[in-house]
Amino acid sequence: MEQVNELKRKVLELLKEDARRTPELLATLLGAEEEEVKTAIEQMEKDHVIVKYATVVNWDKVDDERVTALIEVQITPERGRGFEGIAERIYLYPQVKSVYLMSGAYDLLVEVEGRNLREVANFVSEKLSPIDSVLSTKTNFTLKKYKQDGIIFEDHEEDNRLMISP
Amino acid sequence: MITNKTQLSGEQSKSMSSYLSPLVQQIQPSGIRRFFDMAAGSKDIISLGVGEPDFKTPWHVREACVYSLERGFTGYTSNAGMPELREGIANYLHTRFNLDYDPANQIITTVGGSEAIDLALRALISPGDEILIPEPCYISYSPITSIGGGIPVGIETFGKDRFKLTAEGLEAKITPRSKILILCYPSNPTGAIMSREDWEPIAKVVEKHDLIVISDEIYAELTYGSNHVSFVSLPGMMDRTILVSGFSKAFAMTGWRMGYACGHPELISAMLKIHQYTVMCAPSMGQVAALEALTNGMEEKDRMVDSYNQRRRLIVKGLREAGLECHEPQGAFYAFPSIAGTGLTSDEFAKRLLREFRVAAVPGSVFGLGGEGYLRCSYATSVSQLNEALERIGALVALLKNERENKA
Repeated sequence: MEQVNELKRKVLELLKEDARRTPELLATLLGAEEEEVKTAIEQMEKDHVIVKYATVVNWDKVDDERVTALIEVQITPERGRGFEGIAERIYLYPQVKSVYLMSGAYDLLVEVEGRNLREVANFVSEKLSPIDSVLSTKTNFTLKKYKQDGIIFEDHEEDNRLMISP
Repeated sequence: MITNKTQLSGEQSKSMSSYLSPLVQQIQPSGIRRFFDMAAGSKDIISLGVGEPDFKTPWHVREACVYSLERGFTGYTSNAGMPELREGIANYLHTRFNLDYDPANQIITTVGGSEAIDLALRALISPGDEILIPEPCYISYSPITSIGGGIPVGIETFGKDRFKLTAEGLEAKITPRSKILILCYPSNPTGAIMSREDWEPIAKVVEKHDLIVISDEIYAELTYGSNHVSFVSLPGMMDRTILVSGFSKAFAMTGWRMGYACGHPELISAMLKIHQYTVMCAPSMGQVAALEALTNGMEEKDRMVDSYNQRRRLIVKGLREAGLECHEPQGAFYAFPSIAGTGLTSDEFAKRLLREFRVAAVPGSVFGLGGEGYLRCSYATSVSQLNEALERIGALVALLKNERENKA
Protein backbone atom coordinates (compact mmCIF):
# COMPACT_ATOMS: atom_id res chain seq x y z
CA MET A 1 0.00 0.00 0.00
CA GLU A 2 1.39 3.33 -1.03
CA GLN A 3 2.44 5.71 1.69
CA VAL A 4 0.33 8.74 0.90
CA ASN A 5 2.17 11.83 2.01
CA GLU A 6 0.57 15.00 3.30
CA LEU A 7 0.31 16.81 -0.04
CA LYS A 8 -1.18 13.78 -1.72
CA ARG A 9 -3.68 13.31 1.06
CA LYS A 10 -4.81 16.94 0.79
CA VAL A 11 -5.00 16.75 -3.01
CA LEU A 12 -7.20 13.67 -2.64
CA GLU A 13 -9.49 15.43 -0.17
CA LEU A 14 -9.91 18.42 -2.47
CA LEU A 15 -10.53 16.24 -5.51
CA LYS A 16 -13.08 14.22 -3.56
CA GLU A 17 -14.97 17.47 -2.97
CA ASP A 18 -14.78 18.43 -6.63
CA ALA A 19 -12.97 16.33 -9.22
CA ARG A 20 -12.97 19.18 -11.72
CA ARG A 21 -10.48 21.25 -9.73
CA THR A 22 -7.40 21.99 -11.84
CA PRO A 23 -3.83 21.42 -10.66
CA GLU A 24 -3.42 25.21 -10.72
CA LEU A 25 -6.34 25.74 -8.35
CA LEU A 26 -5.26 22.86 -6.10
CA ALA A 27 -1.76 24.31 -5.92
CA THR A 28 -3.15 27.72 -4.91
CA LEU A 29 -5.43 26.27 -2.27
CA LEU A 30 -2.64 24.19 -0.77
CA GLY A 31 0.15 26.73 -1.12
CA ALA A 32 2.13 24.28 -3.25
CA GLU A 33 3.80 24.43 -6.66
CA GLU A 34 1.61 23.51 -9.59
CA GLU A 35 4.23 21.08 -10.90
CA GLU A 36 4.38 19.39 -7.53
CA VAL A 37 0.62 18.88 -7.56
CA LYS A 38 0.64 17.62 -11.15
CA THR A 39 3.34 15.10 -10.32
CA ALA A 40 1.45 13.95 -7.24
CA ILE A 41 -1.73 13.44 -9.25
CA GLU A 42 0.06 11.60 -12.04
CA GLN A 43 1.77 9.36 -9.53
CA MET A 44 -1.51 8.59 -7.77
CA GLU A 45 -3.22 7.84 -11.06
CA LYS A 46 -0.37 5.51 -12.00
CA ASP A 47 -0.50 3.78 -8.63
CA HIS A 48 -4.27 3.45 -8.81
CA VAL A 49 -4.72 5.54 -5.68
CA ILE A 50 -6.88 7.71 -7.88
CA VAL A 51 -8.85 5.07 -9.71
CA LYS A 52 -11.34 7.18 -11.59
CA TYR A 53 -12.86 10.67 -11.70
CA ALA A 54 -16.57 10.07 -11.25
CA THR A 55 -19.76 12.06 -10.89
CA VAL A 56 -22.16 11.48 -8.03
CA VAL A 57 -25.62 11.38 -9.59
CA ASN A 58 -28.97 11.44 -7.89
CA TRP A 59 -30.71 9.12 -10.33
CA ASP A 60 -34.02 9.67 -8.60
CA LYS A 61 -34.10 13.06 -10.28
CA VAL A 62 -33.58 11.62 -13.73
CA ASP A 63 -36.40 10.02 -15.64
CA ASP A 64 -34.58 6.76 -15.77
CA GLU A 65 -35.80 3.42 -14.44
CA ARG A 66 -33.26 1.67 -12.28
CA VAL A 67 -33.23 -0.19 -8.99
CA THR A 68 -30.39 -0.96 -6.67
CA ALA A 69 -30.09 -3.87 -4.26
CA LEU A 70 -27.60 -4.59 -1.54
CA ILE A 71 -27.17 -8.35 -1.36
CA GLU A 72 -25.72 -10.04 1.68
CA VAL A 73 -23.90 -13.17 0.54
CA GLN A 74 -22.62 -15.99 2.71
CA ILE A 75 -19.81 -18.03 1.21
CA THR A 76 -17.63 -21.02 1.89
CA PRO A 77 -14.10 -19.74 1.38
CA GLU A 78 -11.88 -21.64 -1.08
CA ARG A 79 -8.78 -23.42 0.08
CA GLY A 80 -5.73 -21.31 -0.59
CA ARG A 81 -7.62 -18.35 -2.04
CA GLY A 82 -10.10 -17.55 0.71
CA PHE A 83 -12.72 -15.13 -0.62
CA GLU A 84 -10.65 -13.69 -3.48
CA GLY A 85 -11.64 -16.05 -6.28
CA ILE A 86 -15.31 -15.99 -5.47
CA ALA A 87 -15.32 -12.23 -5.08
CA GLU A 88 -13.73 -11.95 -8.51
CA ARG A 89 -16.36 -14.18 -10.07
CA ILE A 90 -18.99 -11.89 -8.68
CA TYR A 91 -17.48 -8.48 -9.32
CA LEU A 92 -16.79 -9.22 -12.97
CA TYR A 93 -20.53 -9.09 -13.76
CA PRO A 94 -21.28 -5.65 -15.19
CA GLN A 95 -24.47 -5.27 -13.17
CA VAL A 96 -22.46 -5.56 -9.95
CA LYS A 97 -21.53 -2.02 -8.89
CA SER A 98 -19.55 -2.81 -5.77
CA VAL A 99 -18.39 -5.74 -3.69
CA TYR A 100 -17.15 -5.54 -0.12
CA LEU A 101 -15.78 -8.26 2.12
CA MET A 102 -17.52 -7.79 5.44
CA SER A 103 -17.07 -8.87 9.01
CA GLY A 104 -20.20 -10.03 10.82
CA ALA A 105 -23.19 -12.10 9.83
CA TYR A 106 -22.33 -12.46 6.15
CA ASP A 107 -19.22 -12.38 4.00
CA LEU A 108 -19.77 -10.27 0.92
CA LEU A 109 -21.94 -7.24 0.42
CA VAL A 110 -22.76 -6.97 -3.27
CA GLU A 111 -24.37 -3.90 -4.78
CA VAL A 112 -26.32 -4.75 -7.88
CA GLU A 113 -28.03 -2.36 -10.21
CA GLY A 114 -30.75 -3.25 -12.71
CA ARG A 115 -33.48 -1.64 -14.72
CA ASN A 116 -36.23 -3.22 -12.59
CA LEU A 117 -36.85 -5.64 -9.73
CA ARG A 118 -37.11 -8.63 -12.04
CA GLU A 119 -33.72 -7.95 -13.59
CA VAL A 120 -32.07 -7.89 -10.17
CA ALA A 121 -34.02 -10.94 -9.02
CA ASN A 122 -32.94 -12.84 -12.14
CA PHE A 123 -29.33 -11.93 -11.52
CA VAL A 124 -29.54 -13.29 -7.99
CA SER A 125 -31.32 -16.49 -8.88
CA GLU A 126 -29.50 -17.25 -12.13
CA LYS A 127 -25.99 -15.94 -11.56
CA LEU A 128 -25.25 -15.39 -7.91
CA SER A 129 -27.01 -18.18 -6.04
CA PRO A 130 -25.90 -21.03 -8.29
CA ILE A 131 -22.20 -20.34 -7.64
CA ASP A 132 -20.94 -23.39 -5.77
CA SER A 133 -19.43 -21.60 -2.79
CA VAL A 134 -22.43 -19.35 -2.24
CA LEU A 135 -24.34 -20.64 0.78
CA SER A 136 -27.05 -18.04 0.98
CA THR A 137 -28.12 -14.62 -0.29
CA LYS A 138 -30.33 -11.98 1.22
CA THR A 139 -31.47 -9.27 -1.15
CA ASN A 140 -32.26 -5.79 0.20
CA PHE A 141 -33.69 -3.36 -2.31
CA THR A 142 -32.78 0.27 -1.90
CA LEU A 143 -35.90 2.39 -1.57
CA LYS A 144 -34.29 5.79 -1.44
CA LYS A 145 -30.75 7.10 -1.30
CA TYR A 146 -30.25 9.89 1.23
CA LYS A 147 -26.51 10.23 1.26
CA GLN A 148 -23.68 8.87 -0.85
CA ASP A 149 -19.95 9.51 -0.66
CA GLY A 150 -20.55 12.14 2.01
CA ILE A 151 -23.01 14.02 -0.15
CA ILE A 152 -26.53 14.52 1.14
CA PHE A 153 -28.89 14.24 -1.83
CA GLU A 154 -31.83 16.21 -0.54
CA ASP A 155 -29.69 18.88 1.02
CA HIS A 156 -31.22 22.19 0.02
CA GLU A 157 -29.45 24.14 2.72
CA GLU A 158 -28.73 27.46 1.14
CA ASP A 159 -26.34 30.10 2.29
CA ASN A 160 -28.85 32.10 4.28
CA ARG A 161 -26.37 34.36 5.96
CA LEU A 162 -26.95 38.09 5.73
CA MET A 163 -25.35 39.57 2.64
CA ILE A 164 -23.18 41.85 4.73
CA SER A 165 -22.47 41.56 8.43
CA PRO A 166 -19.91 42.87 10.92
CA MET B 1 -18.46 57.86 14.25
CA ILE B 2 -19.95 60.71 16.22
CA THR B 3 -21.76 63.56 14.51
CA ASN B 4 -24.19 66.27 15.49
CA LYS B 5 -27.73 65.39 16.32
CA THR B 6 -29.17 62.93 13.84
CA GLN B 7 -31.72 64.57 11.55
CA LEU B 8 -35.02 62.79 11.77
CA SER B 9 -37.94 63.53 9.51
CA GLY B 10 -41.67 63.54 10.18
CA GLU B 11 -43.71 65.20 12.90
CA GLN B 12 -43.89 62.16 15.11
CA SER B 13 -40.18 61.38 14.86
CA LYS B 14 -39.28 64.96 15.67
CA SER B 15 -41.23 64.99 18.86
CA MET B 16 -40.07 61.51 19.80
CA SER B 17 -36.42 62.34 19.22
CA SER B 18 -36.51 64.79 22.09
CA TYR B 19 -37.03 61.84 24.44
CA LEU B 20 -34.02 59.92 23.19
CA SER B 21 -30.80 59.78 25.07
CA PRO B 22 -28.32 62.25 23.59
CA LEU B 23 -25.68 59.53 23.87
CA VAL B 24 -27.71 57.30 21.60
CA GLN B 25 -28.76 60.08 19.28
CA GLN B 26 -25.20 60.98 18.46
CA ILE B 27 -24.43 57.45 17.30
CA GLN B 28 -24.60 57.00 13.53
CA PRO B 29 -25.97 53.81 12.05
CA SER B 30 -23.00 51.68 10.99
CA GLY B 31 -21.56 51.89 7.49
CA ILE B 32 -22.00 48.15 7.30
CA ARG B 33 -25.71 48.60 7.81
CA ARG B 34 -25.80 51.12 4.96
CA PHE B 35 -24.13 48.64 2.64
CA PHE B 36 -26.35 45.87 3.83
CA ASP B 37 -29.38 47.94 2.88
CA MET B 38 -27.94 48.54 -0.58
CA ALA B 39 -27.30 44.85 -1.15
CA ALA B 40 -30.51 43.59 0.40
CA GLY B 41 -33.13 42.42 -2.05
CA SER B 42 -30.72 42.19 -4.95
CA LYS B 43 -30.29 38.85 -6.61
CA ASP B 44 -27.29 36.92 -7.90
CA ILE B 45 -24.91 38.79 -5.67
CA ILE B 46 -21.77 37.06 -4.52
CA SER B 47 -21.11 38.17 -1.00
CA LEU B 48 -17.65 38.72 0.38
CA GLY B 49 -19.25 40.90 2.99
CA VAL B 50 -20.08 38.33 5.58
CA GLY B 51 -18.36 38.35 8.94
CA GLU B 52 -19.22 34.81 9.87
CA PRO B 53 -18.27 31.27 8.91
CA ASP B 54 -19.98 29.71 5.91
CA PHE B 55 -20.12 26.41 7.78
CA LYS B 56 -23.15 25.38 9.75
CA THR B 57 -22.57 24.69 13.43
CA PRO B 58 -21.14 21.13 13.56
CA TRP B 59 -23.95 18.60 13.80
CA HIS B 60 -22.84 17.07 17.09
CA VAL B 61 -23.10 20.53 18.68
CA ARG B 62 -26.57 21.14 17.30
CA GLU B 63 -27.61 17.65 18.29
CA ALA B 64 -26.36 18.10 21.87
CA CYS B 65 -28.56 21.17 22.14
CA VAL B 66 -31.59 19.41 20.69
CA TYR B 67 -31.08 16.51 23.07
CA SER B 68 -30.85 18.86 26.05
CA LEU B 69 -34.13 20.48 25.02
CA GLU B 70 -35.74 17.07 24.73
CA ARG B 71 -34.69 16.37 28.28
CA GLY B 72 -36.25 19.64 29.37
CA PHE B 73 -33.12 21.61 30.07
CA THR B 74 -34.83 24.95 29.59
CA GLY B 75 -34.39 26.88 32.81
CA TYR B 76 -32.06 29.59 34.04
CA THR B 77 -28.49 28.72 34.79
CA SER B 78 -26.37 30.48 37.38
CA ASN B 79 -25.66 34.07 36.38
CA ALA B 80 -22.06 33.42 35.41
CA GLY B 81 -23.05 30.33 33.43
CA MET B 82 -23.16 26.60 34.03
CA PRO B 83 -20.23 25.57 36.25
CA GLU B 84 -19.36 22.76 33.79
CA LEU B 85 -19.12 25.26 30.97
CA ARG B 86 -16.94 27.64 32.95
CA GLU B 87 -14.76 24.69 33.87
CA GLY B 88 -14.64 23.73 30.19
CA ILE B 89 -13.61 27.26 29.21
CA ALA B 90 -10.89 27.27 31.88
CA ASN B 91 -9.52 23.94 30.62
CA TYR B 92 -9.67 25.10 27.04
CA LEU B 93 -7.79 28.34 27.74
CA HIS B 94 -5.18 26.43 29.67
CA THR B 95 -4.69 23.80 26.97
CA ARG B 96 -4.74 26.13 23.98
CA PHE B 97 -3.10 29.31 25.27
CA ASN B 98 -1.56 28.37 28.61
CA LEU B 99 -3.79 30.80 30.50
CA ASP B 100 -5.01 29.92 33.97
CA TYR B 101 -8.35 31.23 35.17
CA ASP B 102 -10.39 30.10 38.14
CA PRO B 103 -13.80 29.03 36.81
CA ALA B 104 -15.35 29.90 40.17
CA ASN B 105 -14.78 33.63 40.04
CA GLN B 106 -12.79 34.60 36.96
CA ILE B 107 -15.04 33.52 34.11
CA ILE B 108 -18.46 34.73 33.06
CA THR B 109 -20.40 33.42 30.08
CA THR B 110 -22.20 36.06 28.08
CA VAL B 111 -24.60 36.61 25.21
CA GLY B 112 -21.91 36.65 22.55
CA GLY B 113 -18.54 38.33 22.76
CA SER B 114 -20.44 41.57 22.15
CA GLU B 115 -22.13 41.48 25.53
CA ALA B 116 -18.80 40.72 27.17
CA ILE B 117 -17.28 43.85 25.62
CA ASP B 118 -20.27 45.93 26.64
CA LEU B 119 -20.10 44.61 30.21
CA ALA B 120 -16.39 45.29 30.43
CA LEU B 121 -16.78 48.85 29.18
CA ARG B 122 -19.77 49.61 31.38
CA ALA B 123 -18.01 48.16 34.41
CA LEU B 124 -14.96 50.32 33.82
CA ILE B 125 -15.92 53.63 32.23
CA SER B 126 -16.37 56.79 34.24
CA PRO B 127 -17.78 59.65 32.16
CA GLY B 128 -15.06 61.31 30.18
CA ASP B 129 -12.61 58.42 30.26
CA GLU B 130 -10.71 57.96 27.04
CA ILE B 131 -10.79 54.54 25.44
CA LEU B 132 -7.97 53.77 23.05
CA ILE B 133 -8.97 51.79 19.99
CA PRO B 134 -6.53 50.67 17.30
CA GLU B 135 -8.21 51.08 13.93
CA PRO B 136 -9.30 49.85 11.41
CA CYS B 137 -11.30 47.65 13.75
CA TYR B 138 -14.57 45.91 14.41
CA ILE B 139 -17.32 48.49 14.06
CA SER B 140 -18.83 48.28 17.55
CA TYR B 141 -16.02 49.37 19.85
CA SER B 142 -16.32 53.08 19.24
CA PRO B 143 -20.14 53.45 19.45
CA ILE B 144 -20.40 51.13 22.42
CA THR B 145 -17.77 53.23 24.19
CA SER B 146 -19.77 56.39 23.48
CA ILE B 147 -23.00 54.84 24.71
CA GLY B 148 -21.16 53.91 27.90
CA GLY B 149 -20.14 57.54 28.42
CA GLY B 150 -16.53 57.14 27.36
CA ILE B 151 -14.63 58.95 24.66
CA PRO B 152 -13.31 56.71 21.88
CA VAL B 153 -9.82 57.62 20.71
CA GLY B 154 -8.77 55.92 17.50
CA ILE B 155 -5.19 54.87 16.95
CA GLU B 156 -4.48 54.56 13.26
CA THR B 157 -2.59 51.46 12.15
CA PHE B 158 -1.06 51.19 8.71
CA GLY B 159 -0.73 48.77 5.83
CA LYS B 160 3.03 49.25 5.87
CA ASP B 161 3.07 47.78 9.42
CA ARG B 162 0.68 45.02 8.31
CA PHE B 163 -1.89 46.78 10.53
CA LYS B 164 -0.10 45.86 13.74
CA LEU B 165 -0.40 48.20 16.69
CA THR B 166 2.93 49.79 17.58
CA ALA B 167 4.06 51.08 20.96
CA GLU B 168 4.79 54.50 19.41
CA GLY B 169 1.35 54.69 17.86
CA LEU B 170 -0.25 53.79 21.17
CA GLU B 171 1.85 56.13 23.28
CA ALA B 172 1.18 59.07 20.97
CA LYS B 173 -2.52 58.91 21.78
CA ILE B 174 -2.24 58.52 25.54
CA THR B 175 -3.41 61.42 27.71
CA PRO B 176 -4.05 61.63 31.45
CA ARG B 177 -7.65 60.62 30.72
CA SER B 178 -6.70 57.40 28.91
CA LYS B 179 -8.02 54.42 30.80
CA ILE B 180 -8.75 51.46 28.58
CA LEU B 181 -7.12 49.94 25.52
CA ILE B 182 -9.30 47.69 23.36
CA LEU B 183 -7.36 45.11 21.38
CA CYS B 184 -8.68 42.86 18.66
CA TYR B 185 -6.11 40.46 17.24
CA PRO B 186 -6.44 38.49 15.01
CA SER B 187 -8.10 41.51 13.52
CA ASN B 188 -11.40 42.05 11.90
CA PRO B 189 -11.10 43.57 9.25
CA THR B 190 -7.39 43.41 8.45
CA GLY B 191 -6.49 39.83 9.36
CA ALA B 192 -3.46 41.13 11.26
CA ILE B 193 -2.07 39.13 14.16
CA MET B 194 0.44 40.06 16.85
CA SER B 195 3.48 37.99 17.84
CA ARG B 196 5.02 37.91 21.30
CA GLU B 197 7.69 40.31 20.04
CA ASP B 198 4.99 42.66 18.77
CA TRP B 199 3.19 42.52 22.13
CA GLU B 200 6.13 43.10 24.43
CA PRO B 201 6.57 46.85 23.83
CA ILE B 202 2.78 47.31 23.93
CA ALA B 203 2.64 45.64 27.35
CA LYS B 204 5.34 48.00 28.60
CA VAL B 205 3.31 51.04 27.51
CA VAL B 206 0.19 49.57 29.09
CA GLU B 207 2.02 49.11 32.37
CA LYS B 208 3.72 52.49 32.25
CA HIS B 209 0.41 54.31 31.78
CA ASP B 210 -1.55 52.00 34.04
CA LEU B 211 -4.11 51.07 31.38
CA ILE B 212 -6.75 48.41 31.61
CA VAL B 213 -6.99 46.24 28.49
CA ILE B 214 -9.98 44.61 26.90
CA SER B 215 -8.58 41.96 24.60
CA ASP B 216 -11.11 40.68 22.11
CA GLU B 217 -9.70 37.34 21.00
CA ILE B 218 -12.75 35.99 19.22
CA TYR B 219 -10.63 34.99 16.19
CA ALA B 220 -7.90 33.33 18.27
CA GLU B 221 -8.48 29.93 16.70
CA LEU B 222 -8.29 31.27 13.18
CA THR B 223 -4.60 31.82 12.55
CA TYR B 224 -2.52 30.52 9.69
CA GLY B 225 1.14 29.71 10.03
CA SER B 226 1.72 30.82 13.60
CA ASN B 227 -0.31 30.25 16.72
CA HIS B 228 -2.25 32.99 18.44
CA VAL B 229 -0.42 34.73 21.26
CA SER B 230 -2.85 36.07 23.81
CA PHE B 231 -2.06 39.50 25.20
CA VAL B 232 -2.94 38.05 28.60
CA SER B 233 0.11 35.79 28.44
CA LEU B 234 2.49 38.75 28.62
CA PRO B 235 4.11 39.20 32.08
CA GLY B 236 1.95 41.30 34.37
CA MET B 237 -0.93 41.60 31.91
CA MET B 238 -3.30 38.98 33.28
CA ASP B 239 -4.59 41.11 36.13
CA ARG B 240 -5.10 44.21 34.04
CA THR B 241 -6.68 42.51 31.04
CA ILE B 242 -10.20 41.32 30.41
CA LEU B 243 -10.05 38.51 27.89
CA VAL B 244 -13.13 38.41 25.69
CA SER B 245 -13.92 35.56 23.39
CA GLY B 246 -16.71 33.31 22.23
CA PHE B 247 -17.79 30.41 20.13
CA SER B 248 -19.04 32.20 17.02
CA LYS B 249 -15.99 32.12 14.81
CA ALA B 250 -14.08 29.01 15.90
CA PHE B 251 -17.08 26.71 16.03
CA ALA B 252 -19.35 28.38 13.46
CA MET B 253 -21.85 29.34 16.17
CA THR B 254 -22.66 32.96 15.36
CA GLY B 255 -26.41 32.78 15.90
CA TRP B 256 -26.10 31.07 19.28
CA ARG B 257 -24.69 34.24 20.81
CA MET B 258 -22.36 32.47 23.19
CA GLY B 259 -19.37 34.36 24.50
CA TYR B 260 -17.36 34.76 27.65
CA ALA B 261 -15.07 37.08 29.53
CA CYS B 262 -12.23 36.21 31.87
CA GLY B 263 -10.28 38.44 34.19
CA HIS B 264 -9.46 39.61 37.69
CA PRO B 265 -12.18 38.45 40.11
CA GLU B 266 -13.13 42.01 41.03
CA LEU B 267 -13.57 43.00 37.41
CA ILE B 268 -15.59 39.88 36.64
CA SER B 269 -17.69 40.45 39.73
CA ALA B 270 -18.48 44.01 38.58
CA MET B 271 -19.40 42.76 35.12
CA LEU B 272 -21.52 40.05 36.66
CA LYS B 273 -23.60 42.68 38.46
CA ILE B 274 -24.58 44.32 35.17
CA HIS B 275 -25.05 40.94 33.50
CA GLN B 276 -27.39 39.62 36.19
CA TYR B 277 -29.58 42.72 36.10
CA THR B 278 -29.76 42.87 32.31
CA VAL B 279 -29.78 39.39 30.79
CA MET B 280 -29.72 37.18 33.93
CA CYS B 281 -27.72 34.48 32.21
CA ALA B 282 -26.70 33.40 28.73
CA PRO B 283 -29.31 31.11 27.10
CA SER B 284 -29.13 27.68 28.71
CA MET B 285 -29.40 25.77 25.42
CA GLY B 286 -26.56 27.81 23.99
CA GLN B 287 -24.44 26.95 27.01
CA VAL B 288 -25.04 23.25 26.45
CA ALA B 289 -24.01 23.62 22.82
CA ALA B 290 -20.92 25.61 23.76
CA LEU B 291 -19.82 22.94 26.22
CA GLU B 292 -20.22 20.27 23.56
CA ALA B 293 -18.19 22.38 21.11
CA LEU B 294 -15.35 22.73 23.61
CA THR B 295 -15.45 19.09 24.61
CA ASN B 296 -15.75 17.38 21.24
CA GLY B 297 -15.41 20.06 18.61
CA MET B 298 -11.68 20.50 18.09
CA GLU B 299 -11.44 18.17 15.12
CA GLU B 300 -14.23 19.92 13.24
CA LYS B 301 -12.70 23.26 14.13
CA ASP B 302 -9.35 22.16 12.68
CA ARG B 303 -11.08 21.05 9.50
CA MET B 304 -12.76 24.44 9.13
CA VAL B 305 -9.53 26.32 9.80
CA ASP B 306 -7.81 24.20 7.15
CA SER B 307 -10.49 25.14 4.70
CA TYR B 308 -10.24 28.88 5.50
CA ASN B 309 -6.51 28.66 5.02
CA GLN B 310 -6.95 27.20 1.54
CA ARG B 311 -9.35 29.93 0.58
CA ARG B 312 -7.08 32.58 2.09
CA ARG B 313 -4.36 31.53 -0.35
CA LEU B 314 -6.84 31.65 -3.20
CA ILE B 315 -8.16 35.12 -2.43
CA VAL B 316 -4.79 36.74 -1.80
CA LYS B 317 -3.43 35.37 -5.07
CA GLY B 318 -6.61 36.30 -6.91
CA LEU B 319 -6.69 39.86 -5.59
CA ARG B 320 -3.06 40.38 -6.50
CA GLU B 321 -3.65 38.98 -9.96
CA ALA B 322 -6.60 41.33 -10.28
CA GLY B 323 -4.15 44.16 -9.80
CA LEU B 324 -4.78 45.04 -6.16
CA GLU B 325 -2.09 45.27 -3.54
CA CYS B 326 -2.88 42.85 -0.75
CA HIS B 327 -0.87 42.02 2.36
CA GLU B 328 -1.09 38.45 3.53
CA PRO B 329 -3.63 38.21 6.34
CA GLN B 330 -2.41 35.91 9.11
CA GLY B 331 -5.66 35.48 10.99
CA ALA B 332 -9.48 35.75 10.94
CA PHE B 333 -11.09 35.25 7.53
CA TYR B 334 -10.73 38.58 5.81
CA ALA B 335 -8.46 39.85 3.08
CA PHE B 336 -7.95 43.61 3.17
CA PRO B 337 -6.65 44.67 -0.22
CA SER B 338 -5.74 48.24 -1.04
CA ILE B 339 -7.89 49.83 -3.71
CA ALA B 340 -6.09 53.17 -3.44
CA GLY B 341 -4.45 52.69 -6.84
CA THR B 342 -7.80 52.61 -8.62
CA GLY B 343 -8.47 56.29 -8.00
CA LEU B 344 -11.71 55.62 -6.14
CA THR B 345 -12.51 55.91 -2.48
CA SER B 346 -13.27 52.64 -0.76
CA ASP B 347 -16.92 53.60 -0.62
CA GLU B 348 -17.07 54.36 -4.36
CA PHE B 349 -15.19 51.17 -5.20
CA ALA B 350 -17.48 49.02 -3.08
CA LYS B 351 -20.58 50.66 -4.54
CA ARG B 352 -19.46 50.11 -8.13
CA LEU B 353 -18.42 46.56 -7.33
CA LEU B 354 -21.86 45.91 -5.94
CA ARG B 355 -23.93 47.72 -8.57
CA GLU B 356 -22.00 46.87 -11.70
CA PHE B 357 -20.42 43.53 -10.85
CA ARG B 358 -22.74 42.18 -8.19
CA VAL B 359 -20.11 41.46 -5.59
CA ALA B 360 -20.71 42.68 -2.05
CA ALA B 361 -17.66 43.67 -0.01
CA VAL B 362 -17.31 46.22 2.75
CA PRO B 363 -15.50 49.53 2.23
CA GLY B 364 -12.54 49.87 4.58
CA SER B 365 -13.65 53.35 5.63
CA VAL B 366 -16.42 51.94 7.84
CA PHE B 367 -13.78 50.39 10.11
CA GLY B 368 -12.38 53.72 11.23
CA LEU B 369 -9.00 55.39 10.90
CA GLY B 370 -6.66 53.82 8.36
CA GLY B 371 -9.45 51.91 6.64
CA GLU B 372 -9.93 54.32 3.76
CA GLY B 373 -8.36 52.98 0.58
CA TYR B 374 -9.07 49.38 1.52
CA LEU B 375 -11.81 46.84 1.02
CA ARG B 376 -12.78 44.06 3.42
CA CYS B 377 -13.30 40.81 1.57
CA SER B 378 -14.44 37.84 3.63
CA TYR B 379 -13.20 34.55 2.29
CA ALA B 380 -15.66 32.51 4.34
CA THR B 381 -17.41 31.50 1.17
CA SER B 382 -17.11 28.61 -1.27
CA VAL B 383 -14.14 28.19 -3.60
CA SER B 384 -16.33 28.48 -6.67
CA GLN B 385 -17.97 31.68 -5.39
CA LEU B 386 -14.58 33.11 -4.51
CA ASN B 387 -13.24 32.36 -7.96
CA GLU B 388 -16.19 34.07 -9.59
CA ALA B 389 -15.95 37.08 -7.26
CA LEU B 390 -12.23 37.45 -7.96
CA GLU B 391 -12.89 37.48 -11.69
CA ARG B 392 -15.47 40.20 -11.25
CA ILE B 393 -13.15 42.27 -9.06
CA GLY B 394 -10.50 41.90 -11.76
CA ALA B 395 -12.99 43.12 -14.33
CA LEU B 396 -13.81 46.21 -12.27
CA VAL B 397 -10.13 47.02 -11.73
CA ALA B 398 -9.51 46.68 -15.48
CA LEU B 399 -12.51 48.87 -16.25
CA LEU B 400 -11.32 51.56 -13.86
CA LYS B 401 -7.88 51.47 -15.45
CA ASN B 402 -9.45 52.00 -18.86
CA GLU B 403 -11.55 54.85 -17.58
CA ARG B 404 -8.49 56.55 -16.15
CA GLU B 405 -6.54 56.10 -19.37
CA ASN B 406 -9.39 57.47 -21.47
CA LYS B 407 -9.59 60.51 -19.25
CA ALA B 408 -5.86 61.16 -19.41
